[in-house]
Amino acid sequence: MKNASSTRLFVIAGLLLAFVLVLLVSPFANPNPDGLNRVAMDKGFAETETEHGLEDSPLADYAVSGVENEGISKGLSGVAGVVATFALGLGLFGFVKRRRESDPVPVQSRGDRA
Amino acid sequence: MHIPDGFINAGTSAGAALIAAGGVTVAVKKTSQYMDDKQVPLAGLTAAFVFAVQMLNFPVAAGTSGHLLGGALAAILVGPWAGALCVTVVLIVQAFFADGGVTALGLNILDMGFVTALGGYALFTGLRKVLPRKRSYVVISSGIAAGLSVVLSALVFVIQFNFGGNVDIAPGSVLTAMLGVHALVGIGEGLITAATVGLVLSVRPDLVFGAKDLAVPLELSPRIETAGSVS
Repeated sequence: MKNASSTRLFVIAGLLLAFVLVLLVSPFANPNPDGLNRVAMDKGFAETETEHGLEDSPLADYAVSGVENEGISKGLSGVAGVVATFALGLGLFGFVKRRRESDPVPVQSRGDRA
Repeated sequence: MHIPDGFINAGTSAGAALIAAGGVTVAVKKTSQYMDDKQVPLAGLTAAFVFAVQMLNFPVAAGTSGHLLGGALAAILVGPWAGALCVTVVLIVQAFFADGGVTALGLNILDMGFVTALGGYALFTGLRKVLPRKRSYVVISSGIAAGLSVVLSALVFVIQFNFGGNVDIAPGSVLTAMLGVHALVGIGEGLITAATVGLVLSVRPDLVFGAKDLAVPLELSPRIETAGSVS
């Protein structure tokens, strides 16, 4: 199963790249409002925004509450987000896969699955 | 591009949430037709990577930034329906970062997830049909499709805004402003998507869903693969 271990390596390398991006690049991301928020300001509907239901979340606005340094705080919140997204993704797609396995009519029996 | 709470009224938001829930149900069904053990971590990685890159806002015009939406990228890497699910996962996690409204979650799942993944993938396959069957053209197609998917997403927002915007503004002016800015954001989206697809193609071309036809069969096994074993 050389292929399987290479895929595992690929996933690990991909996650490492994601960590590098959030830790080292995201602190330097452009802080300006994004396209939609800019249009909302220019066209006068920005003020219709209401307070976010999870504004008090410990990770609100990509900052870890309690971490003073802005860049580090953002980077760490990104690490938490990458881990959470990966975990939730594994859960969801694992569920999707099991749905298929519990399918009474097997789609195709594959010799290379075992 | 995340719609915050309040931009769109409750009725339209609830309607969008219903449609999004239906979309997720269909996406789960469609994805379960091909998802296997190997693809589960890859789909998880795709979602995690989209989350990371969405944090990297780039400048698009004076005082304005843009960031990757990632639906087209995810669709090209893991398939259109799985790609929409990847962005859905990202948006759910981002709610805990107070990015994208809670009541607006359905609106955002439609705009940023389904429209970019399904629309972007349709554009991608359309481009691949008219362009030569070479790896370099897969990269080019992915970039153009991803760029256009952002404009499509902006268009769908304007439609939602017309239905349920909480202020009365001439729809035409919002339309031109949204399309103008997001054409620029689309350039960034296209470049990031092309770079990422190009990178994966150079390392593990067999892992790119949208370029499966180009993957050279591995020569490790003496066993001859029967035609159509990859459905």
